[in-house]
Amino acid sequence: MSAPLIELKSIEKHFGPVIALSGVTFDVKAGECHCLLGDNGAGKSTFIKTMSGVHKPSSGEILVDGKKIAFESPRDAMAAGIATVYQDLAMIPLMSVTRNFWMGREPEKRFGPFKFIDFDKANKVTLEEMASMGIHLRGAEQAVGTLSGGERQTVAIARAVYFGAKVLILDEPTSALGVRQTSNVLATIDKVRKRGIGVVFITHNVRHAMAVGDRFTVLNRGKTLGTAKRGEVKPEELQDLMAGGKELAELEGSLGGTI
Amino acid sequence: MTDERIKQVSALRRAMIRPELGATAGTLLVFLFFLLIAGDSGMFAPAGIQNWTVVSAQFAIIAVGACLLMIAGEFDISVGSMIGFAGIVIAILSVQWGLPVWVSILAAFVICVALGWVNGMLVIKTGLPSFIVTLAFLYILRGLTIWLSILTTRQTIIGGVKDLVQNDWLAFLFGGVVLKDLFAWFADIGLIEKFVAGTRAGQPVVEGLPMLVVWAVVLVIFGHVLLTRTKFGNWIFASGGDAQAARYVGVPVARVKILMFMFSAFCACVFATCQVIEFGSAAADRGFMKEFEAIICVVIGGTLLTGGYGSVIGAALGAIIFGVVQQGLFFTGGESSLFRVFLGTILLGAVLFNTYIRRMITGER
Repeated sequence: MSAPLIELKSIEKHFGPVIALSGVTFDVKAGECHCLLGDNGAGKSTFIKTMSGVHKPSSGEILVDGKKIAFESPRDAMAAGIATVYQDLAMIPLMSVTRNFWMGREPEKRFGPFKFIDFDKANKVTLEEMASMGIHLRGAEQAVGTLSGGERQTVAIARAVYFGAKVLILDEPTSALGVRQTSNVLATIDKVRKRGIGVVFITHNVRHAMAVGDRFTVLNRGKTLGTAKRGEVKPEELQDLMAGGKELAELEGSLGGTI
Repeated sequence: MTDERIKQVSALRRAMIRPELGATAGTLLVFLFFLLIAGDSGMFAPAGIQNWTVVSAQFAIIAVGACLLMIAGEFDISVGSMIGFAGIVIAILSVQWGLPVWVSILAAFVICVALGWVNGMLVIKTGLPSFIVTLAFLYILRGLTIWLSILTTRQTIIGGVKDLVQNDWLAFLFGGVVLKDLFAWFADIGLIEKFVAGTRAGQPVVEGLPMLVVWAVVLVIFGHVLLTRTKFGNWIFASGGDAQAARYVGVPVARVKILMFMFSAFCACVFATCQVIEFGSAAADRGFMKEFEAIICVVIGGTLLTGGYGSVIGAALGAIIFGVVQQGLFFTGGESSLFRVFLGTILLGAVLFNTYIRRMITGER
């Protein structure tokens, strides 16, 4: 495979006396879905925020297209083509799909000395982009609040892709969704990957990760425990690594392997 | 992939989720009511129309500022005190200090907009609710107004502005009357009555369109276009809808909110200037309770108290309802204390209705 789009080497992040990350190494290549697995409190959120420019790492290197870079703000990360779709803060329910889609980057047309939003273009592009992700909206003017959770994630993903994301970070996109919604989001991830975008899929659900992942990295207690390629690792092993011990394996045994 | 479980949306439902719906229905009802019970009281004669139009326009001016600010997710309850303060500033500068009226007006605008900026900065920097910050300014500004007035003139009313505003170009913009020729022509063709006696015999009873009404119309159109058609308008919705989500996509939320505080202060100063020039005086108690009246207009107009959703046209209709009912009671000889009962009731009704609409849009239970 080609060189990584973004590479993070031995990232450490300390908040005062708390060591949130103590050596995380991670990279994403074009057209792959790299799953970052970890239990609650493993440091997933801190790590995403470091990758998307919200936090500055205490030590370690970030390389974009092989060049060392330091993000001062989320805007820097966005400018470098790194888009993050947060689990709950992606959309504003009271605003229309179009208004959400273009929020912060509204297309304008000139009318004398004034500039107005070009709603014809905005609505058309929104519907097209959503359709390309497999969601056919009744109208781009409908409020995002009327969409299902999976559809909202898709609007956010379509938005990031349309605005030229090279790396798409998805923060637990499936954690609050039902079965059917989840499979829609997973299908969307597959579509995005096929366009040559590197997807970072954060989850604690091994089955969701196995469904679309090309590579898997497990984060436990602020450390990465290595990266495995698809086919090299079994779901049970990932599950064990996430839980970080034998207890779960024993519990799983007693429950008949259903976790 | 359309979901067969999502019902087809009826035209009625679509109309209902427009924020102006309640206010439109309310406006029609209010007009119908007063046409029925006060149709022959002179309320709908030219002078009567002018009467409630001017009152409605006054409400509309401050409602536009309050509306955009509320959609951006903040309140300004210092508007009433700001009105009193701006008036006293104009009067002190022009009458006491002898500055030209236009200089005094410009100074008042600069001071008010700067105070709006202070309000906004305090809200953004401290993270305190805007209700508390502007409540502080409600008292601070009212106190300063009375103190300054008494300090300079030993009274709380400063007169004498009337003589100074003659031939002042900027004062005309706030207190003048336009379209006089058109109204004279209306009188000639019998649409408007003429005075039959006195010094103004032969002139139409309604001289023309007061600049106050022009300001209201211009501000409403400006606010509506800004909100619904421009990039900045989208940022206003976004800032009030979910400030964090807006920040994530690069919307300058702090700037949007501070600018809306400044715009609200600007509207208060327009109101104050028009009033000072109309009365020819400034009084320290002017604008009392205006902040709440502005908020009531905005809420009747369908804007959510929680921000992120609303309409300037709705707020303007709210102002019309407010003005027509207040003046209508005067024309019908109704008990004016009942006006407050009406206001409280309609406010409660409007908030309940808005909450219901919000649930309809977002699908919340």
